[in-house]
Amino acid sequence: MSGHIHNTDDRRELQMARSMCWHCQSEMAGEYFCDRCVKVQPVSKDLDYFTCFGLPRRLALDPQTLETKFYELSRAFHPDFYQNKSDAEQTISLGNSAMLNTAYRTLRDPIQRAEYLLDLEAGSVKDIRTTPPADLFEEILELQDTLDEFRASDRASESASTLRTKLHADRATLEQRQRDMEAQLLQLFSRWDALQDRGEATEQARAERGRILKEMRDILSNRTYVKNIVNDLVATIA
Amino acid sequence: MSRIVGIDLGTTNSLVAYMDHGTPRVIAARHERAMVPSVVALTDNGLIVGDPAKEHLTRNPERTVYSVKRFMGKSLADVQGELAYFPYTLTEKGGVIRIQLGEKSYSPPQISAMILKELKLRAEAFLGESITKAVITVPAYFNDSQRQATKDAGMIAGLEVLRIINEPTAASLAYGLQEKTQGTIAVYDLGGGTFDISILKLKNGIFEVLATNGDTHLGGDDFDQLIADLLLTEIRTQYGLDLSTYPEHMQAVRLEAERAKIRLSDELKTTASLDLPDGKGRFTRELTRDRLDGLCTALVERTLGPCRLAVKDSGLAPGDIDEVVLVGGSTRMPLVRQRVQALFGKQPHCELNPDEVVALGAAVQADILSGGTTDMLLLDVTPLSLGIETMGGVMSSLIRRNTTIPASAKEMFTTYVDGQTGVDIHILQGERELAKDNRSLARFRLKVPPLPAGVPRIEVTFLIDANGILNVTAKDMRTGETQSIEVKPSYGLSDQEVERMIEDSFKFAADDVSARKLIEARLDAGALIATTEKSLADGGHLIARGEVDVIRTALSALATAKDGNDPRAIRARMADIEQAAKGLTVAMLDDSLKQGLQGKKVSDVTQS
Ligand SMILES: Nc1ncnc2c1ncn2[C@@H]1O[C@H](COP(=O)(O)OP(=O)(O)O)[C@@H](O)[C@H]1O
Ligand SMILES: [Mg+2]
Repeated sequence: MSGHIHNTDDRRELQMARSMCWHCQSEMAGEYFCDRCVKVQPVSKDLDYFTCFGLPRRLALDPQTLETKFYELSRAFHPDFYQNKSDAEQTISLGNSAMLNTAYRTLRDPIQRAEYLLDLEAGSVKDIRTTPPADLFEEILELQDTLDEFRASDRASESASTLRTKLHADRATLEQRQRDMEAQLLQLFSRWDALQDRGEATEQARAERGRILKEMRDILSNRTYVKNIVNDLVATIA
Repeated sequence: MSRIVGIDLGTTNSLVAYMDHGTPRVIAARHERAMVPSVVALTDNGLIVGDPAKEHLTRNPERTVYSVKRFMGKSLADVQGELAYFPYTLTEKGGVIRIQLGEKSYSPPQISAMILKELKLRAEAFLGESITKAVITVPAYFNDSQRQATKDAGMIAGLEVLRIINEPTAASLAYGLQEKTQGTIAVYDLGGGTFDISILKLKNGIFEVLATNGDTHLGGDDFDQLIADLLLTEIRTQYGLDLSTYPEHMQAVRLEAERAKIRLSDELKTTASLDLPDGKGRFTRELTRDRLDGLCTALVERTLGPCRLAVKDSGLAPGDIDEVVLVGGSTRMPLVRQRVQALFGKQPHCELNPDEVVALGAAVQADILSGGTTDMLLLDVTPLSLGIETMGGVMSSLIRRNTTIPASAKEMFTTYVDGQTGVDIHILQGERELAKDNRSLARFRLKVPPLPAGVPRIEVTFLIDANGILNVTAKDMRTGETQSIEVKPSYGLSDQEVERMIEDSFKFAADDVSARKLIEARLDAGALIATTEKSLADGGHLIARGEVDVIRTALSALATAKDGNDPRAIRARMADIEQAAKGLTVAMLDDSLKQGLQGKKVSDVTQS
């Protein structure tokens, strides 16, 4: 698994080293602009969002730094500043801006950031859970029953109001669950960051790394599942 | 790079503005206001626009188009409920509304183009150069079809629309430029026909829109309608008169309702009065502000839901908003101000002219595009989620609402049947679960090479550009070939139709030339009147009384000609003045020479 990661990094370096300016064909040393002809360069598809913002792959991230960098890159890429330029440059500006906006949106939100990192590190797509997590199984099945009952009920009736009260309580419980999971995630995030900071290449470190990623993935997908249930619940009792 | 103007193409009023050495200014025609009523009338002398057209609202209601913006990017079915209120005839062709004016019918973009042309002419006369590029504003909550229709209108008017920008965001640019604000602001824009709310973060010259919301069918027109309905009902009960069969009177009621509403912004009570048909005399009724508020409360309340949603989508609470900026004529209503203030817990800012601020902001954006202003940057969002229809008629969202634009999303498509050669894609915009509850934007057929099921891999990129307009491209991942996509808009003009309308508009170019001649003659006449009056003031004492009188008579003759419509008459009267003032010119020249000989410095003499 770790071999895979090193591969991605190597590939990126290679890619950067080999790339040439699309316009003057000189070797690219600059980041997003050619040193020689100062033309904007298309951001490589292989460039990950962290690198794009000049940030290390960590899950704790200072929103202020991120925003400053986002504004700075927006000023570099935004189509507003390419109105007088060639069609090719306008196209690059549009593509780069769209990519930058996606990158910012992804990194700004801690959950999306973690999902993205997981995707980068473990090369996986998001797990979409269709059955309740084991420790919530009973609770959720019961909730589904209550929801069905409530949907079928006459909203003005006595029993509907009892059900509604129960649903409100369930909602509070589930939201608490969600918060608990988010707290667990934060812990995992700092474990991940610490591990990265130590940069050890031992067998032990590798095992720890695998564990963190797996736990993170599980909690993330459970959280999404619970969040969807809560949304459904809120929509039903609204 | 040639000059780019900023245009506010409003439901009720339109304006054009330009950047004058770092300060945006609106352009008024001589002796006129800067606002051009968005009204187009067909008269015996052809099509007219603006204030003169407005006079035809009651004289010629069937042939006078107002509030055409309500129909941009719409089908007839979309506006079924309000058809009864419009005296002109609406039909539909190819999913696009057509407005019947005499023998011909026009699409809403064509009518809008006439308003744009009027603004273009004004700008050209004022700036003394030809104008071919513009930034045009639209309500933030306009969908793709409505934006595209606005762009089409620009093209038909002979304008290259370099950017479509959102009205509240434009207002924030003008506001930010003037106030140098930093922090979070809410722009509440209630005009004649539309409502928008945008929440922005202003920081070091970046204007980042956090969220936007609105209602493209809510504005001052609706308040007018409520008052009009009240008056109509009372006329029916008191006089047994059903005015709906009298189009002229229907319009008069609507206009009187609006005037009464406007007066009630400053006064606590007013009287609405109307001439009735068939010699039934005059109807008068006192209206109080309380009554107006009572009528309009529900509509004003309807603006608050979108405000709350926008604040929530920004990840903020109403109390987090640092400043509230009011835009649009309807925000002059005390009721609106109270409700907005109560919601945000803050006194809203009204120091900017709510009629002009959008056009001014458009001029700022135009200056950014032409490279004049470099320290400001607007980062706007798409107001509605974009998606495609998937199995079971469900919408699958690709780009969520309030995503910063430009924004793109990629989606991979394949086939379900061996040898299948096409995949139909239906693009939607909206927030609802089911495809049928959202706005259909367009359909297209993806071409696929005939291969076993599941083998083809076509990547489709949906890109929303900085105008908030969708562009679609497709790439065959196996061959790397891109394919061009012919998107058929659900509620828009096809490229060919726009093309034809541009040609049509050239046919009217002859009319334009004479219109332009008139404008230029009026401008020159104005300048001549001003300089001659100045000469009279400075040198009138140098010539005989009688000669002064001759000049004055010629001046008033020119003033009269200038108010007329004949450019040749204006030029002739101008020649008269030049003739009459010859003596004065000579006398002034002599005088200045004499003063020079008396030992004054040359600079003192030439300075005047
Ligand atoms: N003093 C006022 N009080 C109340 N409403 C007003 C006032 N002045 C203008 N309006 C209303 O504002 C609307 C026009 O606003 P405007 O911003 O020009 O509209 P739009 O942007 O839709 O063209 C009209 O409905 C008009 O009646
Ligand atoms: Mg407006």
